[in-house]
Amino acid sequence: MSRFGLLPVQASTVAAQVDALFFFLIGVSVVFSFLIAGLIVYFMLRYRRRQADERPAAIANSLRLEVAWTAVPFVLVMGIFLWGASVFATLRRAPADAMQVNVVGKQWMWKLQHMEGRREINELHVPVGRPVRLVMTSEDVIHSFFVPAFRIKQDTVPGRYTTAWFEATAPGTYHLFCAEYCGTLHSGMIGRVVVMEPAAFQDWLSGGDGQAWPVAEAGAALFERQGCVSCHVAGDEGRGPWLAGVAGTRVVIEGGRSVLADDAYLRESIMNPRARIVRGYEPIMPAYQGLLTEEQVMELIAYIKSLGEAPTS
Amino acid sequence: MTLETPRTHYLNVDYGVRSWLLTVDHKRIALLYLVSITLMFILGGLFAVLIRLELLTPYGDLVQADTYNKLFTMHGVIMVFFFLIPSIPAVLGNFLVPMMIGARDLAFPRLNLASWYLYNVGALFTLGAMVTGGVDTGWTFYTPYSTAGSGTNVIPTALGIFVLGFSSILTALNFIVSIHTMRAPGLTWFRLPLFIWAQYATSLITILGTPVLAVTIGLLALERVFRLGIFDPALGGDPILFQHLFWFYSHPAVYIMILPSMGVISEVITCFARKRIYGYGFVAASSLLIAVFGFLVWGHHMFTSGQSAYASLVFSFLSMAVAIPSAVKVFNWTATLYRGSIAWDAPMLYALGFIGLFTIGGLTGLFLAALGLDVHVHDTYFVVAHFHYIMVGGALMGYLGGIHFWWPKITGRMYPEWLAKPAGLIVFLGFNLTFFPQFVVGYLGMPRRYHVYPDEFQVLNVLSTAGASILGLGYLLPLCYLLWSLRYGATASANPWGATGLEWQTPSPPPTENFPETPVVTEDAYAYEHAPAPLPEPGRG
Repeated sequence: MSRFGLLPVQASTVAAQVDALFFFLIGVSVVFSFLIAGLIVYFMLRYRRRQADERPAAIANSLRLEVAWTAVPFVLVMGIFLWGASVFATLRRAPADAMQVNVVGKQWMWKLQHMEGRREINELHVPVGRPVRLVMTSEDVIHSFFVPAFRIKQDTVPGRYTTAWFEATAPGTYHLFCAEYCGTLHSGMIGRVVVMEPAAFQDWLSGGDGQAWPVAEAGAALFERQGCVSCHVAGDEGRGPWLAGVAGTRVVIEGGRSVLADDAYLRESIMNPRARIVRGYEPIMPAYQGLLTEEQVMELIAYIKSLGEAPTS
Repeated sequence: MTLETPRTHYLNVDYGVRSWLLTVDHKRIALLYLVSITLMFILGGLFAVLIRLELLTPYGDLVQADTYNKLFTMHGVIMVFFFLIPSIPAVLGNFLVPMMIGARDLAFPRLNLASWYLYNVGALFTLGAMVTGGVDTGWTFYTPYSTAGSGTNVIPTALGIFVLGFSSILTALNFIVSIHTMRAPGLTWFRLPLFIWAQYATSLITILGTPVLAVTIGLLALERVFRLGIFDPALGGDPILFQHLFWFYSHPAVYIMILPSMGVISEVITCFARKRIYGYGFVAASSLLIAVFGFLVWGHHMFTSGQSAYASLVFSFLSMAVAIPSAVKVFNWTATLYRGSIAWDAPMLYALGFIGLFTIGGLTGLFLAALGLDVHVHDTYFVVAHFHYIMVGGALMGYLGGIHFWWPKITGRMYPEWLAKPAGLIVFLGFNLTFFPQFVVGYLGMPRRYHVYPDEFQVLNVLSTAGASILGLGYLLPLCYLLWSLRYGATASANPWGATGLEWQTPSPPPTENFPETPVVTEDAYAYEHAPAPLPEPGRG
């Protein structure tokens, strides 16, 4: 964790980009506030009232001046807008090869799971130099996953998935905060991100309490245990559609519209299947809202994604 | 000053509790509001004191977590809804709008009194909620915490705000109708003082925005009480919808707080520089532009909420654009000083302080409107610092400047200038020491609404708390000397500052009917080239 300083450490690939914009804006702010404050102080002294009955002459308005001090700041803020938007685009688009970590916020802890199976509470271990994509939700109220050293923050919202990504650039330990007020122990909902050398991370990943069961495999077991498998069978015979290759494609739903079968749609189809049902199927699947934990839903989605193109037996 | 026999004016025309509680005189109602909102300000300030004391150390050693959460919630609720939003409109606006347009009263005097009662009913609900256990949702009431998570008095607090909203709406309605229909002969729209333009723009926002807040509170109550699924995903609702509805009112509400203050600044600067405002049309139009664009930027509170990235792009763009009319005002005020005759009286010091602090508040708003940067600073102390520069450095400085400026008119007494100047300076310095370190600690990553925090943030928090104690002193001084001046202050003449404006052309304090006869306006506002010279009043130092 950082010692007292005036700037946070930079420990991710985007941190320097964010800071560059920050410094530029500080420059803009210093120039404008010194300009305004300087003029005010100068005018206060230069034109200080010396006699009570002074009647300074009126100054004619200059349209040119008004246009200038409207147009110049406008161009400037548009530049800032574009710069901010481009940094934001970087923050929103995770590289395709990013490793996924699932995050579930709850009052008042962070629950994290690596796809290889290892679980953590209030701690996230990641390798240096490899993009990490966080897929996040919340069990109860809104929380926000905030790592100042990485300059990333993303609310975790119950009922939806939100994502964020980072690539750590320096081994070390960094603050993890909850940034969205969430009740009594909001300020206790903190943890740390441990950035490790890749080899050390691999050791860590295969360590633990021996229960490291990959998320997709846990999902496969759950798929069987919950009886999903009795309807979602390979081929067209099942009472539910076979799910291989569905993730990430567009599916046609009742009413003829098509929707992208992303994580959000898969989640909805488990928790509240009748909301947007695939065309040609009866609305007979029970809603699993309240019956599955957020982690279990994430496991099922990981399993569905692992099915690939061809039906497996 | 020549001594006159005691003259009848609005303060001595009648005595007794009844004559105040049943008054329909806009000036007396303004004073009723002054008492109400001052009491609420003191209460909100006490909560702030406790917050700053708790944050003196990184540990939760003064109050427990639940108590702390209630403290910042109640500080926010009181300061935003019960102080800042009504402050200038309900006190200075009530007093000045009829006088500045040369009218005897507002269009609906009884509605005006009703609005004060509604304010107090709302305040009683909210205070009742505090006394019986408080509320801990933050002033933002985010769902599903407020509907399903919190076990505190959400409904009574929200009900208080709901009732209060009608008080704001009635005042705004009164102003709009009065400004349209009751202007003195010759007082055309472009001769109106800029304070009136600011009040007009504010009233438009209030009337259009406040009903949305009422609806939002209603939906929140339906979900919390009847488990109707609107915002809580467990009931089939959408928590982000609440944020959209809440900020659709609450972002424009920032302009409800700041625009009236900008109106005050335009009056004060022109008077103490003895100059016409530079760019009258631009300053007036920028108030209206802010009112319109202010409704289109609410999504900048939600860049990290999970709202669509494209929506965020649009909101970022519009938020950048809304900075322009504010900048135009600052440039025009500064240009007004050029070749003026600048007096350093306390109202002017507050006005110049306003410009400086508002400039910093506005510029740091650009940091928050810039998408990629906001992701880092959102929900940190950077935001806390930014909005205090706008609301306290801006709105409150303007309010205090206005109270000093019109104090002679309102009370017929001068405040002691020799105390007011240092008090203004103390407020300015204390304010900066309180809130500037919060920009730094926010960028370092300290989240807002934290009861305990990592050790490395302590130095900056100690600075902030030290500043707050100076700031507190700065607020206590005016409270004391203004009360003192009611009895011992020098008697004020009709126009001690040599100001233009109709309110200065009638005695101080004004008679109940404001003007002995209806004034006729023959020139633009701020014709300081031939305004009367300011009087060397006793007590002006």
